[in-house]
This record gives sequence, C-alpha cells and structure tokens, in this order.
Amino acid sequence: MSTSFVSHQGGRYFWISLAFMVLSIIIYAWHEPVQPPNGGTWYGYTLGTIGAVMILWLLYLGKRKRNFANGWGTTKGWVSAHVYLGSSLIVIATLHTGFQFGWNIHTVAYLLMCLVIFSGFFGVYAYMVFPDARNKVKKSRTRDDIFEEIQVVDQQLKKLAGNLSEDIGAIVNSAIDRTEFGGGFLDQLLGRDKSKVMIDGIIVNNNNQDVVIENLVQKLTLATGQETKVLANLVKEYGGRQKLLGVIRTDIRLSAIQEIWLSFHVPISFGLIAALAAHIVSVFIYW
Amino acid sequence: MYDIVVIGAGPGGLSAAARCAELDVSHVLLESSPKIANTIQKYQKGKHVMAEPGILPLRSPVDFAAGKREEILDAWETGIAHHNVNVQYGAEAKSITGEVGNFSIGLVNGDVVQAKHIILGIGMQGNPRQLGVPGDQSDFIQYQLDDPDEYHDENIAVIGAGDAAIENAIALAKHNNVYIVNRKDEFARAKEGNLNLILAAIDAEEIGAFYSSSPTEIEILEGEKFRGNLVLSTNSGTEKLPVHRVIGRLGAIPPRGLVESFGIEFPSKDMSAIPALTSQYESNVTGIYVIGALGGYPLIKQAMNQGYEVVEYILGHDVKPADHGLIEDKFKALPYDNMEVDDVLIMMQERIPIFSSVNALLFRELILDSTVHVYNEGDVVFERDDYTNSFYTVLEGGIKTVITEDLIISSAVGAFTGEGSLLSGRRRSATVLAGDQCILIETPRRTMLKLIASIESVKRVLDETFIVRQIQTKFAPNTDIKELEPIASTAVINSYTPGQVIMKEGDEGDTFHLIRSGSVTVSNEVDGKEIIRTYLPAGADIGEMALLGDTARSATIKATVKTETVSIDKDAFEMLLARSPGLREELQEKTKKRYQENVKLHGDDGSEGLLSFLMNQGLGEATSALMIDESLCVGCDLCEQACAATHEGTSRLNRKAGPTHANIHVPTSCRHCESPHCMKDCPPNAIQRMGGGGEVVIGDNCIGCGNCKQNCPYGVIEMAYQTKATTSFWQWMLFGIGLAPGKGEVLTHGAENEIKKAVKCDLCIEQNHGPACVRACPTGAAMRLNPVDFAKLA
Repeated sequence: MSTSFVSHQGGRYFWISLAFMVLSIIIYAWHEPVQPPNGGTWYGYTLGTIGAVMILWLLYLGKRKRNFANGWGTTKGWVSAHVYLGSSLIVIATLHTGFQFGWNIHTVAYLLMCLVIFSGFFGVYAYMVFPDARNKVKKSRTRDDIFEEIQVVDQQLKKLAGNLSEDIGAIVNSAIDRTEFGGGFLDQLLGRDKSKVMIDGIIVNNNNQDVVIENLVQKLTLATGQETKVLANLVKEYGGRQKLLGVIRTDIRLSAIQEIWLSFHVPISFGLIAALAAHIVSVFIYW
Repeated sequence: MYDIVVIGAGPGGLSAAARCAELDVSHVLLESSPKIANTIQKYQKGKHVMAEPGILPLRSPVDFAAGKREEILDAWETGIAHHNVNVQYGAEAKSITGEVGNFSIGLVNGDVVQAKHIILGIGMQGNPRQLGVPGDQSDFIQYQLDDPDEYHDENIAVIGAGDAAIENAIALAKHNNVYIVNRKDEFARAKEGNLNLILAAIDAEEIGAFYSSSPTEIEILEGEKFRGNLVLSTNSGTEKLPVHRVIGRLGAIPPRGLVESFGIEFPSKDMSAIPALTSQYESNVTGIYVIGALGGYPLIKQAMNQGYEVVEYILGHDVKPADHGLIEDKFKALPYDNMEVDDVLIMMQERIPIFSSVNALLFRELILDSTVHVYNEGDVVFERDDYTNSFYTVLEGGIKTVITEDLIISSAVGAFTGEGSLLSGRRRSATVLAGDQCILIETPRRTMLKLIASIESVKRVLDETFIVRQIQTKFAPNTDIKELEPIASTAVINSYTPGQVIMKEGDEGDTFHLIRSGSVTVSNEVDGKEIIRTYLPAGADIGEMALLGDTARSATIKATVKTETVSIDKDAFEMLLARSPGLREELQEKTKKRYQENVKLHGDDGSEGLLSFLMNQGLGEATSALMIDESLCVGCDLCEQACAATHEGTSRLNRKAGPTHANIHVPTSCRHCESPHCMKDCPPNAIQRMGGGGEVVIGDNCIGCGNCKQNCPYGVIEMAYQTKATTSFWQWMLFGIGLAPGKGEVLTHGAENEIKKAVKCDLCIEQNHGPACVRACPTGAAMRLNPVDFAKLA
C-alpha cells in the first residue's frame, strides 16, 4: 500500500532521468565539434547550463520541503525527482567536461558534485534499509516505550537489591545510575558504551553491563538459602535490562548511520555552490 | 383566585410573571427552590451563558443578554423586583385539579392555590433525588455544588456514580479529602472521559472509593471536629465515615410523571418526547399552557419570548410570535406573496404527509431551523457521495433521483429524499436533481433526529421508506416501489452494541442483513483464535450466502461500533428473487467472489494479524486514519512540522505516540470517526462534519468546555491557546531570526477572557490539497486510510 519515494508514481522520475541520460549520450556521440569535446562547445555550454540550473533546483529541496502549505506536488514526489534527476547529473556533468580533468577549480567543482551525489546514494540506501531494521530491532516499540520498560525493570532491581546485603545494593544502584547512552556523534556511530559501575569503591568500565552481571553471578554461586533465590531473580531481571539497553544502543547506532550522510551531503552542496560559482566566473574571465 | 398562576421561576416563568405584573393581571409565580432560575443557579461560578439563537429578537419585560451567570441572574432579580412580581419561594406544586377558570394547585407544604389559568414552566431538570436516610435534612448535606474552590481541607463524601458526582468529586479533591460512594461495583453510567478521570484519581489515591455501598444514616456530631458520621452499608459490613460535608448527586426525578399526573399527554414513550401543544402553547388540558424546555424550547431566549406571548394569548390579545419576522424572511423568495405566513405553514403541512402529524408549534420550530430552496430545473440538490446529511421534502414541482444512469426515479409534491444519509450518517447514495418549478424544504439532521425521537409516525414512515428504497437500489432497481412494499413490511430493524455478534460462524441462518448504520468485521476462528478477514461499512449486505442454499454461516460478523441492520427472512427473500430476474445469478456470482477472497486471505498471516490489531485500536469507526509505515519512516518529524505550520503553530498529531503492529504505526491523530464521539455533547454545536471527505471540524464558536476532549476515546483533541506561526523561512535559515517552520508561539493579547479552545486535525480542509502531514512526508511513510483500504496494507 505505502509506496516509497523510490517507486513513487511507478518510478516516473527514474524513467525520465534515464531517457534524459540516454538522449544526452546520443547527442554527445552524434555532435562533431570543431575542437575536441569540452565545456566550451555549443553542446558543452548547453549541458553546463542545464547542470547548473539543476544543481540550484536540487538545492531548493531544502526550502521546498518546508513549504508546508504548498499544493504543487508532494514532498515525496519532490524527493523522488531529486534522487533520480540528481543522479543523472553524473552523466550530464561528465559529458559537459568532455573528459578533460586537471588540477584546477573546474575539476574541484566536478569532484564536489560527485561527492554530493554519492553521499546521496548512501542516503537513499540508508533510508530504504535502516528504518525497517530499526523497527525490527525495537520489535515495533518506540524508543520511549523501551525507556519506560527499562525504568520499570530498574525499580524492580532496586526493590530486589533492597532485600540483599548493602554491598550488592550499592553495586546495583551504581550500575543503574552510571548507565550511559549516546555521547558524541562518533560514540553513537560506533555504538560505544561508556557505562560504569562502582565496585568496592572503585569505578570501573561496565561495557554492556557485563561487569555487573559477572559480579552478581559470582555472588550467586557463593550465596546460600533465601539469598540464592533473590539473587537468581536479580540476575534474571538484570539480563532483561541488558537486552533492553542493547536494543536502545543498537537503535542509536543505526539511527546515527542512517543520518550520517546528511552531514556530508548538505555542507558539501554549499561547497559545491561556491566551487561552481568560481568555475563559471573563471570560465568567463579567462575565455 | 389568581387569573394566572405561573409554576416554575425559570426564564420562561419569570418572563410570563413579569408580563402579568406589567399588565396588572392578578398572578403568582410559584418556585419550589429558594431562588429564581434553579437550573442556571446550578451553573458553575462565572460561566458564560449564551443568548442563542442570535437572530431571534428578545421580547420580555425582563432583560437578558449573553454574559456571565451572575450578571444574568442579577438582571432577572432586578427585573422581577422592578415589576413587583408576586413570587412565592419554596412552593413546590404536586397536584393540579379542576378545570379552566377554576384550577386548584396543591403544594407540597399543604397549601392550595386557586387559578383560572396555569402556565407550566418547570423545565426538564426535575428535582434532585434525596438521600432518603435519617439525618439527610442536616445543613451539611447538599445536592448541588456551586463553587468547588469554596471548600478547603474538609472530609467530603460525594454520593452517586454519574457524571455530576464524578465531576464534583474531582473538582473537590484538589483541596479536600474526598470519598465517592457508589451503590454499584463500577461507574457504568459515566461518560468515558469522566470514567477515566475518576478511575485514575482512585488509583492515585487522590479520591477514596466505596463500591457496592449505600448510606443508611447520617449521625450528627455536635461540637466536634467533624460535623457528622456518614454510616455506610458495604459488602464488608457497616462503615462510619466522619465528614464535614455530604454531597448527594443521585440524579433527578424527571418531571414527566408529575406533568402526566396533571392530565397532560405525551405523544410517545420516548423519554425525550415533549407534550403535544397548540400554536398558542396550550396543552390538551384547556387552560394549562406549557412553555420553555418542557415544551421543547430549551434555549433561554425562546423561553422568555414564550413567557411573554403566552400571557398575551391567555388575555386574548392577538400577537404574532417573536419569530414571525424570521419566518417571513425565509419565505420571501417563495411565490406566495398573497398568503400569510401562518397559511403557508399550514399549506406545507397539508402538502407534505410526513409533517402532517407534527403539531403546529413543533413544525414552526422545524421551519425556523430549515431552509426553503427554489430550484431551476436540472439543478443539483445533492450529489452521490456527498457527505451532507440533511433531509429534503418537496413542496412544489418534483425531483429526480439518479440511482444509476439508466434508473432515474421521479418524485412529486409531498415526497422526501435524503433519509438514507440522515439515518446512516453515511454519504449520499444517489444524486438528486430538481425538476420543473421545484421548491424544497431542507431540514438539518439534528432537527430531524429530534423530530424522529418525539413523533412515532415520522420515525415509522422514515424507517419503512428507508428499507424499501434500500431493497430497491440494491436488489431490484427495475421493480416498482409499490411491489416491494410487502417485502419491506416483513423486514426488521436490529440494533447492535459495539462488539456484539450479528451472526456466528457455523450457526444455521436464514436471514440476511443490510447494514443501515455503523460497520462490521467479518472473522473466522482459526485454531481457537479470531482472525478478522475484512471490514464492511454501512450499505454492505451480509449473510446472503445462507439464503442461496448454504445454510451454515461461513464467518462470524460483529458490530465494530453501534450498528443498525435491516434483516430480511428467507420467505421475503424468495419473493424478491421471484420478482427480479437475474438477481439469483448476480448474488451467486458475488458469493463465489467472496469465497475466493476468503481462500486468498486464508494463508495471509500478516494481514490477518494487522486487521485485528487495527480493529482493536478502534479504527473500524475511522473514516480517515493517519498511519505511518515504520519501515519507511526516518523520524524527520516533517509531518508534525507541516501540521503545526498549517495550523497556527500547534501540531494536531503526535507521531511518536500510539501503538505499532509489525511496521504499521497508528499515531495520535483524529480519525474522523463514522459517528464522532466528540460531537455527542458539544453545547454550541461547534463540531461539524463538512467537506467532501466528511471531515470532522471544530468551529471558531468553540467555548472551550472540553467535553469533546473528554468524550474522545482516542485522545486526539487538545485544549490550546490560540497560537501563531512565524514563517519567514529565509530569515530563519540565513539569520536564525524568528521561529523555525512548524513552530508556533502562543498569541497573548493580554486579555483575561482568552480561553483554551479545542483543537484537533481538520484534514487540512482549508488547504484544498489534502492533509499536510501526508504531503510533507519525504519518504512515503505517512498515509491516511479508510478502513476499506486496510486489507491492502498487508
């Protein structure tokens, strides 16, 4: 029922872009300029102009998606066109260069454009894959739902620990208090777990809650009587907590990967605009 | 002996008595409570009272204009004092005997008042039911609560389990120690919103609850910390609850029994029925006149006008009713220049049989609510699939009902149309065109429903016509309606509550049903689990398989919401088959398709689970529900931003809230229910269905009472101050000035009368391009669906 921007209107913009690219290639092969193919022939200028206008239009998506009252097409349609027409720029711009590359501003503009497009490709991949993966990891729950579940488990753990000796209580409480999520972007991307726990007055790393669990299991093997039952229960509950924390950490990591391309795509686009302006101005000055 | 005795000092009674005083007619105004206008006294402090209908002029010796409760009561007190109205407070009438010119009114206190004429204006509220236990006359026992903030740090017992009791208990619990005493073990009578509030408060131990408990005595304590002990008989024995105050909210004794004991007749058993009255407000008992809410006029201004008019009528003066000018204006466009307004009204009733049994007064009221249209031939009255639901009657000329291109039915003067949407709340099932020289009366749904409730014959005629027209359009389009009447007469109308089983898989059955209003789910039991196959809205037919030879029901059919069906039994169905050649084959074809669909859906586990989930979310009653495909949602929140940006900065959807099944998430957002819960109890009638999609929209005349928010089971209505969105994108983008698109700030004019109003999704009815949330979604995750489309989700 729900169709994504990739298959919007039966892939309308895919076919339009494909036709556009094929046509450009045919004309390129057909035309016989006086000089070798480059940006300065009539066809080179035509492709260059089309490419520059397209770049401005592609950039305009950032504004268009916030024109909420606009009735001209849907945002999904615009994104679909952005993706496919943007991809076709690789062909258009390459033909525009006439395959002349060098250590100059013109090639810088071309390379920046390629970076923008390839980061965009990753974006399409990320948007098609990660939302589904994240929903499956979270088993159709929201992150807030899981945080709530963790809070309930935390209460339960504190209650259980309250029935045990003071040092066990202190460990459980400190592990809960010193559980950490997120952190910097790199931490999120790599899924780093900076959780700590204080055991016997020393703060140690508690990656994936392993240290606490190991410590509790250790105590369980030595426990006797009623304490065994409570501790076993505590370990079991803590295992549940570990799983929930793992789900959130995975979600944070996947969401960081899902969005990372935007940190390249958008800034480089602005870099591209600057290089493009320099490219156009210099072409006219040094003509 | 008084010339006129007015019973009840409400707006109508006050106005009547003041008119008597003004004209020096000997009179007395009897009021059972110690103050005037008992119902309005009970309004909460500072409540804004409206003066609807705005177009109706006020005609009364006493002033009245929209304003605060206190101002209005003051104006009335001043008015009756100024005119020297003779009022007796604490005078509750319990009997009337005698006849015109010589009535005796017996009062509860034993007095008898003699009257030539009686004006009855006792309203519909009735008197509060008393506790009826020893000690219930003590001064700390009360039956109403004016201002809950008046009491602090008291032990208060609220007795009752209805909405009034719950609302009082919750309001008092802010500053007091409150207990609620419920005779039963649950709060079955309360509105859903109130039910949730009280259960939450009891859970949080903000209010103490006594279930299955009733008071047996109130012990009065003198000179102690508490003023009394409330003695309760509970399941676990007797309990004594020390209290400062007891508030009894046990409902009221409806006045109908009392009114009937005066000899006044009601035309139907329906509790909302009103007595039959002449156009001069006289009841079937000569000399007893009925005005105000009891006479079917619940609005203050109408009642006050009636008070004035009825005195004039008793004195034999010829006055035109206050609404005369309004009706005259309505009739201006009609070709009846030489006829009086009253004659036109009489002619209307004569020409239109369905209105002939309506009493003149009620009909006048109906016409006041209605619009009279003059059409040119071929004009569209309404189109198939329109979401309108008013009722049309033919006064002149005729109409053509276009059922299919080949089937056009003509109707003449006296006919009516539009009853289908009126009764089912669904879209129009046919297009109606105006004939030559066509004049139609369009009556709003609300007015018609009131009429149906109070006049049995109107209901019967509408039901019969509805059935016969349904059968005709569905099964026998080429058969004359007269021939179908015997079949229709055997049909039965059935009502089902939400979740009730209409037919059960495997049962023998020999009736089939047409869904008249509401909707149903079709399910099978697989391994002891209920698997919902599909959803059918009003207009669908169910169970015809059983009539074509296969007598065991192939699926269970359950009502998703309050549902009405028209059922037809085997014999009548055989008659229908005999009359409509080809119908058997057509139905067999349909049956075959349904079997094939059943088989196809059988292996499809995903969709089965999903449909059950969606139905459990109450989406069976949705007409347009927002859903998010989580496998496409990147969490950008553009949907919420778009909603806020197009709705003064307040988003009416909460993307993250709400449940998810597999990859389908149901965010908190209005679903535009089939029969909206929010519309049930809206005092200014501000919530309306409009637009081509039947959007449920809250109008600007919202008074901020919050009833809709409480009544909505899905929590989609918010109370919010008006906000404005600043939307200069470039300023925000380049210089960081102003708010980001989709953010709003509260408008503060600094006025103290600024109130929070109800806001919710309006399906972007003002945008003309469809819902902004869906249009703003970059990936295609957001969609708006009707239950009929749910099966396609899998």
